Amino acid sequence: MTTLDTSTPVAVPPKPAFTVNWVRLAPFLYTIGLFVIWEIGVRISGLPHTILPTPTRVFEAIIQYWSPIWKNSLQTLYTTVLGFLIAVVAGLGIGLFIGWSKTIYAGLYPIMVGFNAVPKVALVPILVIWFGIGTVPAVLTAFLISFFPIVVNVATGLATIEPETEDVLRALGAKKMDIMLKVGIPRSMPYFFGSLKVSITLAFVGSVVSETVASNSGLGNMMASAQSNFNVPLVFAGLLMLAFEGIVMYALMAWFEQRMTGWAHRSTMAN
Amino acid sequence: MGRTFFLCWGLGMASPLVSIENVDMRYGGPSGTLAVSGLNLKINRGEFVAVVGPSGCGKSTLMKLTTGLHIPQTGAVIVANQQVTKPVSIVGMAFQNPTMLPWRTTLENILLPLEIVERHRHRLRAHKAEYVAKAEKLLETVGLKGFGDKFPWQLSGGMQQRANLCRALIHEPELLMLDEPFGALDAFTREELWCVIRDLHASQDVTIVLVTHDLRESVFLADKVVVMSARPGRVVAEHDVPFERPRQLELLYEPAFNEMVQKLHGEIATARAAA
Ligand SMILES: Nc1ncnc2c1ncn2[C@@H]1O[C@H](COP(=O)(O)OP(=O)(O)OP(=O)(O)O)[C@@H](O)[C@H]1O
Ligand SMILES: [Mg+2]
Repeated sequence: MTTLDTSTPVAVPPKPAFTVNWVRLAPFLYTIGLFVIWEIGVRISGLPHTILPTPTRVFEAIIQYWSPIWKNSLQTLYTTVLGFLIAVVAGLGIGLFIGWSKTIYAGLYPIMVGFNAVPKVALVPILVIWFGIGTVPAVLTAFLISFFPIVVNVATGLATIEPETEDVLRALGAKKMDIMLKVGIPRSMPYFFGSLKVSITLAFVGSVVSETVASNSGLGNMMASAQSNFNVPLVFAGLLMLAFEGIVMYALMAWFEQRMTGWAHRSTMAN
Repeated sequence: MGRTFFLCWGLGMASPLVSIENVDMRYGGPSGTLAVSGLNLKINRGEFVAVVGPSGCGKSTLMKLTTGLHIPQTGAVIVANQQVTKPVSIVGMAFQNPTMLPWRTTLENILLPLEIVERHRHRLRAHKAEYVAKAEKLLETVGLKGFGDKFPWQLSGGMQQRANLCRALIHEPELLMLDEPFGALDAFTREELWCVIRDLHASQDVTIVLVTHDLRESVFLADKVVVMSARPGRVVAEHDVPFERPRQLELLYEPAFNEMVQKLHGEIATARAAA
């Protein structure tokens, strides 16, 4: 009896000393799993490299063409981030402007929706006429495609201020400007930072589309020329690099969001 | 010189702080809801007025008219001898729903009115410590000592309402408008806060208008209970509350108190039936 009593409390603690955090590992395991299935699937079906290369073949291509891949990846990252940054500034500005008054909101919203409905790839030729082939159209396409979600989210944040909050402040003699600064802008920040994740992914779409049709550099251009040479592994290498850049930038935005507006997550969790 | 002084003094005493004269208020254009109609009410300086009435009768509308958040289509609202044409800044407001800003700590939330009211906003930065001390004193009064640096979402619903009350008081408003501020509280906390409000009214030179559904609350706290009719709301009766101040919670169990509560209850039931 006494031996049992003393042994139980000792027996419990050592157990959690080595536990695998499966949730943390899951993204890596699943990614590896995807590559494994892809590899096996291609090998079993016997598809040629010119249709669907195996991941090992794609990684080989990455190593083989590392210098152009690296150069073009940087170029794409550069145009994307530049376009995205312009979108952030412009989107924030236009969003605040639109959210400022009901009339502006009503007037500009349909125009914005119409503008957003236009496929941005259709604008690339116009941009080329105006600015020539190269970096500028890619940056502008990235900007045009990614600023809409930011505008909509910021404007929504401003437009959905609780009327009671507004009443409390107005009863104190608050001007429109006070309400915007004290409530509207802080309130729209979670919407804004949330939209950055969507926006950065769209920015990649924009820059690559533009590079594909109207540029001499960037991953889009590299993949287009690889495709015309039937170098399919290189095309896939470009896609992988794009996916990688996309994930990194997305994670950066998610981290940013968490840092800047953690209160929004915690306050909704508490309610 | 002496005469002007006397005249001003005389005016200040004679004219009520709030005077609502024959007010009609319709929401949403000419064919919209007529919320109040033929509303007349006078509130004297330093008075504690409770407004009761059936749900949807226009009590909140009355509050918004008084503070200038809504401007009536007909009639006049006069506050501190001036017709209200825009929000008046001598008021503090607290609603049933505590509208704390989740990105500010409780203390920062309470200091918010000071960043807006003209009289304080230019002094705030230089006299921060003084204002913070004041806010902390208020927090202590409502039983929230030490919670200033918590965020609102770290407080319970009742605690948020207390903080809300502090925010309505921080700029020492002449007129305090409370729209069902204790709605979501348990009986004990509510009684505790009744005492806080009672003591506040006794110790400061403040006029209070309280909208409530709780008739005991209205009789316990107010000097005058105003009963409104069903929509479109107007004042159907005004009762002076005869009980001596300072009132203790024991008053709630006295027959005369309950008699008055019952009378009010009957009046509101009639007002509801008339609709
Ligand atoms: N913003 C608004 N737009 C349109 N109608 C409104 C608005 N606010 C209130 N009303 C209408 O005016 C009437 C009075 O509303 P009010 O909020 O003043 O009632 P209340 O007495 O405060 O009710 P409760 O006791 O339920 O809070 C209601 O019939 C309501 O439908
Ligand atoms: Mg109401």
